[in-house]
Amino acid sequence: MNSFSYVRVRDVSSAVNEAAMDTAAKFIAGGTNLIDLMKEDVARPDRLVDINRIPLNRIEQTSDGGLRLGALVTNSDTAYNEQVEKRYPLLSRAILSGASAQLRNMATNGGNLMQRTRCYYFYDTATPCNKREPGTGCSAIDGFNRMHAVLGTSEQCIAVFPSDMCVALAALEAIVRVTGKNGDRNIPFADFHRLPGDTPQIDTNLQPDEIITSIDLPPKGFADHHAYLKVRDRHSYAFALVSVAAALEMDGNKIKEARLALGGVAHKPWRNREAEALLKGRTVTPDNFQAVAEVIMHDAKGFGDNTFKIDLAKRAIVRALKHAAQMEARS
Amino acid sequence: MSTKYIGQPISRVDGRAKVTGQAKYAGEYNVPNLAYGVIVSSAIAKGRITNIDSTKALSLNGVLQVFTHKNAPRTAERDENYWDEVAPPGSPFRPLQNDKVMFSGQPVALVVAESFELAMYAASLVQVEYKIEQHVTDLDQVRNEAYVPRPREGIDPPAKPRGNPESALAGAPVKIEVEYSAPVEHHNPMEPYATTVLWEGDSKLIVYDKTQGSVNNHDYVCNVSGLSSDQVRLLSPYVGGAFGSGLRPQYQLVLAVMAALGLKRSVRVTLRRQQMFTLGHRPRTIQNVALGAATDGKLQALIHQAIAETSQYEDYSEPVVNWSGELYQCDNVKLGHKVVHLDFCTPCDMRAPGAVWGLYAIESAMDELAYKLRMDPLELRLKNYTERDLNNNKPFSSKELRECYRQGAERFGWSKRNPEPRSMRDDGSLIGWGFATGAWDAMHFPASAKAVLSADGKLMVGSATADIGTGTYTIMTQIAAETLGLPIEDVTFKLGDSTLPKAPVEGGSFTAASVGTAVKQVCDKVRGKLFRVAQTLPKSPFANAKLEDITFADGHMMLTSDPGRSVSIQEAMRHGGLSSIEESADAAPDEAKRSQYTLHTHSAIFAEVKVDEDLGTIDVARVVSAIAGGRILNPKTARSQIMGGIVWGIGMALEEESVVDHKFGRFMNHNLAEYHVPVNADVHDIDVIFVEEHDSIVNPLGVKGLGEIGIVGVAAAIGNAIFHATGVRVRDLPITLDKVLAGVAVPKREILAPAA
Repeated sequence: MNSFSYVRVRDVSSAVNEAAMDTAAKFIAGGTNLIDLMKEDVARPDRLVDINRIPLNRIEQTSDGGLRLGALVTNSDTAYNEQVEKRYPLLSRAILSGASAQLRNMATNGGNLMQRTRCYYFYDTATPCNKREPGTGCSAIDGFNRMHAVLGTSEQCIAVFPSDMCVALAALEAIVRVTGKNGDRNIPFADFHRLPGDTPQIDTNLQPDEIITSIDLPPKGFADHHAYLKVRDRHSYAFALVSVAAALEMDGNKIKEARLALGGVAHKPWRNREAEALLKGRTVTPDNFQAVAEVIMHDAKGFGDNTFKIDLAKRAIVRALKHAAQMEARS
Repeated sequence: MSTKYIGQPISRVDGRAKVTGQAKYAGEYNVPNLAYGVIVSSAIAKGRITNIDSTKALSLNGVLQVFTHKNAPRTAERDENYWDEVAPPGSPFRPLQNDKVMFSGQPVALVVAESFELAMYAASLVQVEYKIEQHVTDLDQVRNEAYVPRPREGIDPPAKPRGNPESALAGAPVKIEVEYSAPVEHHNPMEPYATTVLWEGDSKLIVYDKTQGSVNNHDYVCNVSGLSSDQVRLLSPYVGGAFGSGLRPQYQLVLAVMAALGLKRSVRVTLRRQQMFTLGHRPRTIQNVALGAATDGKLQALIHQAIAETSQYEDYSEPVVNWSGELYQCDNVKLGHKVVHLDFCTPCDMRAPGAVWGLYAIESAMDELAYKLRMDPLELRLKNYTERDLNNNKPFSSKELRECYRQGAERFGWSKRNPEPRSMRDDGSLIGWGFATGAWDAMHFPASAKAVLSADGKLMVGSATADIGTGTYTIMTQIAAETLGLPIEDVTFKLGDSTLPKAPVEGGSFTAASVGTAVKQVCDKVRGKLFRVAQTLPKSPFANAKLEDITFADGHMMLTSDPGRSVSIQEAMRHGGLSSIEESADAAPDEAKRSQYTLHTHSAIFAEVKVDEDLGTIDVARVVSAIAGGRILNPKTARSQIMGGIVWGIGMALEEESVVDHKFGRFMNHNLAEYHVPVNADVHDIDVIFVEEHDSIVNPLGVKGLGEIGIVGVAAAIGNAIFHATGVRVRDLPITLDKVLAGVAVPKREILAPAA
């Protein structure tokens, strides 16, 4: 852990100013990931900007009928929010399948998006890691890679993004609202996180001077037909080997719209809109689901320990779609 | 015999102190002028340190010293000085005494500063340069170099072969030959290792240390540092779990002592969770088992050979294979145990060392044989049941294993099992029922205790044993209160202090027997003294009585035949002019008697799993464990011990593995997020049965100890249940979902063309 200074800010513009002044500064909210990273000497911010006092801690309706999740609302408060539970149960379930109750009580929504990979090598400064120290190499590619990505990998990095919440947000096509020196902008969820490519050290498209203010959910919540399936090595407090957020809009036994997002398989929540389109107008049959699974995983590449994920993901997709389709329609 | 405390479900006497935070652990003693040490760990597995640059660290205001092999105080020269009670043969690791790196994570420097945070930061600035040498950490790579290790004290080498195992196997009508693999596991107690050394001036030290043996570590500190016995007092009143990892001194102890002596001030050194993976561990072990049987299930041949790892500097070994020769009636048996040198630190005893791996293999193999014979697995065990230990050709001092089988099977409902794999289903899941046997030693070692009974009727009993969460405080208090007939609130038991009468390390399930016997003996001495004083009372009701005629209860002595005739303990002491009675006792096992028998605890474990066939996920829905462990001193703490063992067994079967990256020779999942142990959601119904077992040979108390038996056999029972559920036999622990899925046929489906 390095020596750092600490400042507490009370509004968004002060936070943005702090970040703009010092690119080595880090925002801290719940700290559930950042403090670990600092203790491991992986993150070495020279300044911590405590944003907990900024009033971004509300969940409220948006003018278009959606729901705005303040960036500083805790994961627990979001998951148990009445509106979220009722209208976006997929999100509730995804959040509650992540971490532990204690962590969810501290972790914030903005922080959830900003958490970093759990790659063993990223956390261990005794080993090379392109994400931690660009140019040193990826230890996972020919190392222990049980938890690693099978889709969208690069020769530089095969890390996965560990969030559950974000998998649901990807399926729900949330909008990330951010504020920076140049004002506000909205980032579609699919564009928020990045694939590793040649710059695995950069996880997101958030600019260094920008801060997340809210995550906005569109009106459509897929409350009637959804499933969040998380497959993992133990039943709680384990990151997903594979997770699937499935959201369906049904017309009788026919699928009107399908959304699928995968966690645990890539450097970001994984969507494949072409594959999703395959389900449009189709009936609910195992074969139809299997076909989509095959398309989504068609280009998947395993690295040894994680190769099983390719087959597992297909199985999980089929299962999640089946659960989503078979849900009793709610009034 | 009716008892008031022994055998009763007394709540932990230390429970309140623990849940209210009054119980202080080694890293929690705060004293003025305390300095903080942070260890710098080696980044490589093997090589030499060519340079350590501490300049940046030392330039920080408040950094007191950076100890390295260049400047650290020299500890003793000879290996003997580093040998502790449980050290295996070899040359123990000496922190900061030379430039050699022998395992990844080895301490290479100790940074001491005025604050913990500063020490952490300074440690990150220490630059270490190495000359890297080629390491070997993959057992499979060098298994052909396996050798028979030098014998470890207290551990029997594999029994000599009997009969003609190879030819019997060749001729057996039914046989199996299989290999099982088990990974490295780390103990990972909740409390990390920590030592706080209080500098008392004049090289006098009070050392708060996390250990399973305060005397063992006290002696180690003295031997290593050259301090005399009375210069060091080592205390360890509370231990937040250890599971064997605290049997030997861990390196933070000698580093903290070194720093305190070097700086002449109090120093604390605490390990980080990641550093907990740089300590001894349960060794990766490969086992080959061959079983041959007649068509009726009678065993004709049994061959069990294990290869495990040890370090480059010590010959660590475990009793892995002996159990196989003791459990069953078989005339043709061959057992073998070898080790290979790897560039890890020396492995270390971990709950039921040897037995968990050995019983995992033999009890999985017996299950495999049962299917091949188309025989009920429990029936196969009964068919080959033995009343004698054929390894040593001795009778068992007691063995209620048959009753464990019967009661466990009945509670579990084993008779309703459909023997066919994949035949039982519930709610879409495959259901599997599996079974295994467990065994462990009922050991007994010399131990001492002292007792002080005050005039106010309060009793203090002490022995330098430990309570690593097992319930030692409680059961010793029960034994003392029972023996002297005192209210349990009036009895205090002290432990974890090297100035108390000597006790062995707490481990091996031998504390209840060893220390319990000493406590009983010392209290019996007090009893005798009280009785003799009571006899001198004017008109003593005991004038013509003998000690055997007296009952001690409710703070009184009374004639058993006429309880109305009694004398209060306080009255007797007052009369005798005694302000206190002090006694001590050195208790030893009755080896003449014990050596004629084999002394074991036994268990039968029944497990039900639910397997999601599509995803490979496994739930252990319920476990029934029937234990024959001699006399149960406290069914509440006893049940906790067994439950803890079962939960750990679930982890062993399904989750636990310290994963090595052989490129770096380093354990990579070195945190509790990635090193998986069961969480609440993984643990369902657990049912513990204590089968009545009387044993007058094992020790005067008739107790056998329960620390280990709970875990033994659990992984086999679960693995066997998974086979019964799925038809997939995974012989490589842990049984993760990918291994199950790999065994289940993948359904083939056509790819659908895009919708028009």
